Amino acid sequence: MKTSKILLGLATIALVSGAIIAADHIDAPDVKGGTSDITDFYAFEGASASNLVFVANVQGLISPENSASAKFDKDVMVEINIDTDGDNIEDLVIQAVPNGNNMDVYGPAVPNETGGVSTMLDAKFKSSVAVTTYGTTQIAATVNASLVSGVKAFAGLRDDPFFMDFAKYTEIIGGTATSFDNPGADTFAESNVLSVVVEVPKTMIGGTGTINTWVTTKRKQ
Amino acid sequence: MIRKITTIACMLLIAAVSVNCSNDDDNNDIKNETKAMYVLEDQMGRPAINTVFVATEDKDDFNTTIPSEQGAKYASKFKTNLEALSPAFNESTDTNALGQDATAFTTLLATDVLNVSLDGKTSFYDGSDGTLLTGRNLTDDVITTELLLIFGGEDFDENPTLSDDHVDANDKEFLTEFPYLASPW
Repeated sequence: MKTSKILLGLATIALVSGAIIAADHIDAPDVKGGTSDITDFYAFEGASASNLVFVANVQGLISPENSASAKFDKDVMVEINIDTDGDNIEDLVIQAVPNGNNMDVYGPAVPNETGGVSTMLDAKFKSSVAVTTYGTTQIAATVNASLVSGVKAFAGLRDDPFFMDFAKYTEIIGGTATSFDNPGADTFAESNVLSVVVEVPKTMIGGTGTINTWVTTKRKQ
Repeated sequence: MIRKITTIACMLLIAAVSVNCSNDDDNNDIKNETKAMYVLEDQMGRPAINTVFVATEDKDDFNTTIPSEQGAKYASKFKTNLEALSPAFNESTDTNALGQDATAFTTLLATDVLNVSLDGKTSFYDGSDGTLLTGRNLTDDVITTELLLIFGGEDFDENPTLSDDHVDANDKEFLTEFPYLASPW
């Protein structure tokens, strides 16, 4: 509880974690600032209670000035992993893979393999949507193969939905501040991310109960 | 090291595919030969876990350790880091407001997956009705929730200057319909 103890604790974590924090923005040396750097992952009930929505964001802190040139990497698959039986191994996946001006979204379907190496699902599980161009407001329609009818997808730039006073946190762990401000300042205000949003009928991912889910980015070899 | 493991994994996969093909004279498996492999680079389940709980030298490894293997590899490291980080966990009897001691809390977090309910309200934490770890909404103030669980002690009242960043909402309104995220700046 003592300030000195708190500061000691914070100094320790500064050494442990480095002076960076965010949801998952720039979280590790190998991916920091690269095209496979995941910034955030969300999963929530859709506007229709029959659907679940997954949001996977990559390449954070894109300024408005840099937004027109921001793009998904054609060699990076964004894969949403879904464990339906509680063993933390994916039973179903959704794979988003850039294809020209489109984002192809495969699944949800049983993956060809689990773990660190993936191959693309069969085309019979494919949905496709045009990547929304920066500056346009129209949300493109998703085209589905019959097996994945009901899947809705979006790909393109959005406002980064993450919010946090990252700057003050950095000062605290750096020892130049001892508390957050009230109100704080959102370090991620007025910055964009590349978003993949996939809304699926809950019946396609187990229907009822609890799932465990996580997002991965995987690079084509 | 990681690259090496990746290379070995690729070689094994190639070997497996090659065997497949040589055993199959009618060439139906020819597609397998050209099927591209995608190899893991980054992953996340819950927000900010790698950033907060993983030591610098482990961050790349944590990103490429599959969730079913993260607990065994990282739970005790997370506990050490939590106890170093937070004065709310400096006694062995300390818990967070969920009643979890350092071991229970870090065991939960070390397997970095998001638990999501398919049966109703989804939220990382909603203090108004106690909904907890049933998903993650765009509006959820996940950082304050995590700061409270790390620093807030048994009743969310310890270390108040560290347990809330006082940024409670996004800078743009979210949409009530697909694609839910606000338009870009």
